Amino acid sequence: MEGLDRKLGVFSALPIFIVLAITFLAPLFVVAAFSIMPAKVFSLANVPDFSAYATFLQQGYWKSLAWSLGMAFASTLLLFIVCWPLAYGMAKVFGKFTLVVTIAVVVSLFVSENIRLFGWVLTLMKGGLIAGYLEAWFGVEMESPLYTVPIIVFGLVYVYFPFMLFPLAQGIAMVPDDARQAAADLGASRWRILWEIDLPLAAPGIVVGSLLSFVLAAGALAESKLLGGQAVIVFADEIETAFTYGQNWPLGSALSMVLILIVGSLAIVGVSKIDLDAIMGRKR
Amino acid sequence: MAAEPVLRLKNIVKKFGAFVALHGINLDIRDGEFLTIVGPSGSGKTTLIRLLVGMDSPSEGEIWLNNSRIDKVPANKRPTCMVFQSLALFPHRTVGQNIEFPLKIRGVGAAERTARARELLELLRLPPHYQEKRITECSGGEKQRVALARALAFDPEILFFDEPLSALDYRLRKTLEKELKDLHARTGKTFVYITHSLEEAMVMSDRIAIMREGKLEQLADADGIYTRPVSRFVAEFMGEVNLFDVEGTAQGGLHGRGVEVHVNGQMEDIGISLGQGERGTLMVRPEFVRILESSGTSDFIVRGILRAEYALGSRIQYEVEAADGSRLSVEKLREDRYQGAIGDELVLGWDLDSTHLIRED
Repeated sequence: MEGLDRKLGVFSALPIFIVLAITFLAPLFVVAAFSIMPAKVFSLANVPDFSAYATFLQQGYWKSLAWSLGMAFASTLLLFIVCWPLAYGMAKVFGKFTLVVTIAVVVSLFVSENIRLFGWVLTLMKGGLIAGYLEAWFGVEMESPLYTVPIIVFGLVYVYFPFMLFPLAQGIAMVPDDARQAAADLGASRWRILWEIDLPLAAPGIVVGSLLSFVLAAGALAESKLLGGQAVIVFADEIETAFTYGQNWPLGSALSMVLILIVGSLAIVGVSKIDLDAIMGRKR
Repeated sequence: MAAEPVLRLKNIVKKFGAFVALHGINLDIRDGEFLTIVGPSGSGKTTLIRLLVGMDSPSEGEIWLNNSRIDKVPANKRPTCMVFQSLALFPHRTVGQNIEFPLKIRGVGAAERTARARELLELLRLPPHYQEKRITECSGGEKQRVALARALAFDPEILFFDEPLSALDYRLRKTLEKELKDLHARTGKTFVYITHSLEEAMVMSDRIAIMREGKLEQLADADGIYTRPVSRFVAEFMGEVNLFDVEGTAQGGLHGRGVEVHVNGQMEDIGISLGQGERGTLMVRPEFVRILESSGTSDFIVRGILRAEYALGSRIQYEVEAADGSRLSVEKLREDRYQGAIGDELVLGWDLDSTHLIRED
């Protein structure tokens, strides 16, 4: 019976595996292949050439990589802190009201990211919504927060909010109430319960949420362009420039590969540390 | 044996909106006793224990632990703790870490914690290498012991139990009941245990409190509950029982209603009597009912027809239909089993000293 189950499992997984191979793995291979191609050749029949990677190391691309990863880290951390109370409420306190919160957050996804970010630009810009009203009502003049690093991080937090919130709520829902009660009964304070019980038992949700937010934020482009006005150049920006303006496909591919490797290994380490089945639904 | 109460409940009332879950509970728990609170679901026993451990606070009334009032003190500030129905072990921690948890919270050093956990494993008869074992790898009985060890590591003034054995299979439950009683004797701690099973309560407890609809119905030792219940409810709660409605006669004797009860001898001598027209319930446990030979006699007699026979292991239970259609049950040890067949006409009898009269208002 078990052998049959195993075979059926393989067969059931086959269609999605084929789809993933064509749409996900194949493009990755193409990018990998481009990254070891000599510049301006556009043919695969060449001796592998790693000069694009050398360019990455020599020409200061690591700076924009550091900005991207740093801001992704900052926004992930902020997202975790901001989302935890709300996720806790959704999982344990709100009851039916959770649905309202869910809908409210999901609805924001219906509007394209760029348009929402433009909305923030209009709100925050010099003489924009906030600055304009402040001046008209109170006579206060305000510097626009736009075109700075903090506002880029704010944009990342704003855009990737749902990606942290929902996995976190799912993770917190898995923390058994009686374990929290027992910990309290055995003398633990709220903070101790958070540290000893909530955080470790919600770990799958925390890891999934953090990975999603971090990976997306590390490759984000629009926030730094629209809100940041390129106060700093993020890594995704460098990649785009290499492919378009620079017409240096091997360089663009090599930069992409660097990001993919960093983010991919983070994801693998993260996922291997947690029990994904716990959050995705238990295996039989 | 008038030991000072360690925990004193004064007129505890708990309301949930318009619903009154507890109607003024007064209860003194003695230091070092094993007290079991028994009641069917909905009797308020779970509400009561939540108040006792501090997971909820009473609407009215006071709870005193020794000389301090604790009914407003949250659970994590109380020197008592509870073994949960679900056990509530921490699945992400090992057996050892679970046991050490209350010590860690208290800031006890690692070496001392490990040593204490080792002692407790030994006390609960778990092998020392279990310290490293994962909770998910433990069997039901082992988890039970780990939960107990963790609660004992807390060194509580009173240890509460919320039906921790209810999810286990019969045999394991029986073993653990005895172990728990033994553990109580060895630790000398005050145990307050909640269950819906009076049988479980009988095995372990020094005293039993029976709850019904948010009130304390009876508080007595196992013997008192079994042989001298204060109400039909308590009598029926502990297994099979034969109950007869009776009414006092003009002569100060008893007259059966429903079942025809033949009463011989004098009632007043042993306190079984009712005023004229006063109603009560006469109780006799099935094991005290004898099947009389034609020449036999006893204080009470009922005639009936044998309708069914059930094997209960060490005992045999007989169901006898009386003349008016009501059913009586009789239990015999296997070696004393009745030799006749279903459909036989029987004369049942029992004596005054195994009879109890329940007066209810």
